[in-house]
Amino acid sequence: MKIDLSRFKETFFQEAAEHVNNMETLLLGLGDAPADPEVLNSIFRAAHSIKGGSGTFGFDDVMRFTHRLEELLDGMRGGEIEVTPSRVDLLLRSCDMLRTLLAAADSGGMVPPEAATLLEDLGVAQRQGDFVAGAPVPMRAWDPKLKFGGQTTYTIAFVPSPDIFREGMDPLLVLRELAQLGTVEVIVADLSHLPALSELQPETCYLGWAIRLTSEREREEIEDVFAFIENGAHIKIDAQPPAGEISASGAPAKGEVVVSGRQASSRQRGRDAASIRVATEKVDQIIDLVGELVIAQSMTTEIVTRFTVERLPELQAALHEVSRNTRELQERVMKVRMLPVGTIFSRLPRIVHDVAAAQGKTIRVEVTGEDTELDKGVLEGMTDPLTHLVRNAADHGIGTPEERRAAGKPESGTIYLRARHEGANVLIEVADDGNGLNTARIREKAIERGLIAATDELTSQQIQQFIFHPGFSTQDNVSEISGRGVGMDVVRRNVESLGGIVTLKSVAGKGTTVGIKLPLTLAILEGQLVRVGRQRYVLPLVSIIESVRPAREQMRSVAGEGEVVMVRQEPLPLLRLHRLFDVVTDVLEPSSGLVAVVEHDSHRFALMVDELLGQQQVVIKNLQANFRRVEGAMGATILGDGRVTLILDIAGLVELSRRKERLANAVPAIPSLMAGIATEGPSMDTAAAGAG
Amino acid sequence: MPKKVLIVDDSVTMRQMVSFTLREAQYDVVEAENGADALKKLEGLALDLIVTDLNMPVMDGFTFIRRARALPATRFIPILLLTTESQAEKKAEGKAAGATGWIVKPFDPPKLLAVLSKVLP
Repeated sequence: MKIDLSRFKETFFQEAAEHVNNMETLLLGLGDAPADPEVLNSIFRAAHSIKGGSGTFGFDDVMRFTHRLEELLDGMRGGEIEVTPSRVDLLLRSCDMLRTLLAAADSGGMVPPEAATLLEDLGVAQRQGDFVAGAPVPMRAWDPKLKFGGQTTYTIAFVPSPDIFREGMDPLLVLRELAQLGTVEVIVADLSHLPALSELQPETCYLGWAIRLTSEREREEIEDVFAFIENGAHIKIDAQPPAGEISASGAPAKGEVVVSGRQASSRQRGRDAASIRVATEKVDQIIDLVGELVIAQSMTTEIVTRFTVERLPELQAALHEVSRNTRELQERVMKVRMLPVGTIFSRLPRIVHDVAAAQGKTIRVEVTGEDTELDKGVLEGMTDPLTHLVRNAADHGIGTPEERRAAGKPESGTIYLRARHEGANVLIEVADDGNGLNTARIREKAIERGLIAATDELTSQQIQQFIFHPGFSTQDNVSEISGRGVGMDVVRRNVESLGGIVTLKSVAGKGTTVGIKLPLTLAILEGQLVRVGRQRYVLPLVSIIESVRPAREQMRSVAGEGEVVMVRQEPLPLLRLHRLFDVVTDVLEPSSGLVAVVEHDSHRFALMVDELLGQQQVVIKNLQANFRRVEGAMGATILGDGRVTLILDIAGLVELSRRKERLANAVPAIPSLMAGIATEGPSMDTAAAGAG
Repeated sequence: MPKKVLIVDDSVTMRQMVSFTLREAQYDVVEAENGADALKKLEGLALDLIVTDLNMPVMDGFTFIRRARALPATRFIPILLLTTESQAEKKAEGKAAGATGWIVKPFDPPKLLAVLSKVLP
């Protein structure tokens, strides 16, 4: 009998990835205290398990590597080999390598030459009692059994100095030279810093590139290519990440670079998204419920076929049963897609560990609420933003032990990762007890960049918002770890694309807290039904802060800006839904209707509707796929009575309103009100000029 | 009637592969995640054979075999160890615990089926 086991490969890769993550978490937990034998046992078992499976599928590289790993771990759990920080570090690096090897086995890609070196190190660590990582090791003859190839895959992030043209250089030459050294597999340009045409300086270079190069050349030779243009440039060459993972490890999370990494690893992600491991228990519960639903449904049918008026209560009871089962079934099916936040939290301490080690800091990571469950899709989209936030906190937020001592704080800093439910949302927080944001510096930069006028008075909260501005950075020294500090705009973009909201709270000297509020799932939305004329719309509940009926005195008309509503002493631009969608209604004044205070980009708006109807969960249907794109709407849904209703998108409405306004009058906006909101060059330009 | 086999392994991949192989060969299969789980599951089952891993959390293979051998229902049925371990002393320990035979991973379906047909009447 021929038995084909290839169908189990996917399970193997999933399980192996879990084992590697688990090993990493346990290794990071080893710390300074004498190692717990049970922890070492678990780490050993993880390596052992990967080895067992890899042999079956003929993944020889993985098997050989895990075998060596297992030998070392066996010695450590038996007490024959001492657990030292250098050995733990070696094991952590082995986890990275294991991921690389597994990815290579999955995609048929190449094994980096570092694998051989690491294998060597593992052998040495096993033999020498006083093993020191990176110390010169006695060279052994090349093991011919090793199939490791001679080619290296380099991941290169290259952002030339903005002045490169003025210095008479051309980035294109560099790219051409790189192409001659090997095969350029992927090259992606980062266009996110290109300004509007009116702001563009033809002599300034705004571009950056992410390149994946496969080459036989040594790292030095690759570095030589950049020899004459290093000044003011940001160059990062990484030989470490596996093929198909540009952004996962050391590469800066930078604008489109991150996105390109995603595209490159789409195969990997595609598979992740394509299958979910579900506990048998959850499936059993669903099957039970379906059984009950079928019974309730057949009862209903039976009653209806032989219906008499006397049987009405019976019918009502049966229908009630159907609806109860349906609701419960819906909840359970949604739960199938839910995964604990811990699955991504667990990767973060490693990042903190690496940053802390590189900068001589001591940083603890405190995790709470890791069992909070989120939709798998939402969770996957959060990996990059969270990685970025944690790296930022470790790199910029928390100072060195000396700095902290000088500030009267404990030498070791703490990064808090918290997750908890908040109504129909999940709140994830990345907090640190570090320096906090330097508002004076941010303000200076914002003035420098013409985002605000020097005379503008802004609250510190408003100033802090500038860090979300594309390309905004106060870092003068480009850090090896977090790039130029850019990327908060990307964090926000990613979170918003998941229907979430980013908030920022920072107190100088005390620390920074970034909060991310996410919907539990992407498929279902908590909605507020609103009415305008004879039309109904659904407003995402998450974006509504409050709703009020403003008195006539609360209305103001600001020259050029249009109408504003004063709510709690704050002027909120008024968005009239009936005007935006050209709906006929007899409610023409906010004082006779209602305004919902909604938030977008940390700016509040008053959205005028006729009245609020009920709140309900709605299933989001894609409009583009079924109809066409509708500006101001993120999708549509079908209400209980069968009516199709648009689900409003605040960002789209603001955009729509701005365009309509621009058409109506070409008068510039008020800078203090619109600072940070306006993303278009021209209106910003005129605004700043008008104020200054 | 198909023969009933209990598979004990902490790896999902391994359990699925062994199950699949045995089901294709017309065996009836029950799965357990570790020794303790297996002891719980074998209650009330008329098993014909057990295939177990050695390194598992909660309860390892050796302990499980010793405990199973103490139970009337599993005292005399064949118990096979399916593991990556192949050292002589481990094999001896397995034998002392009450294992019938030893199959070294990597898992190879024809090899497993061949051994099964040898130990099952």
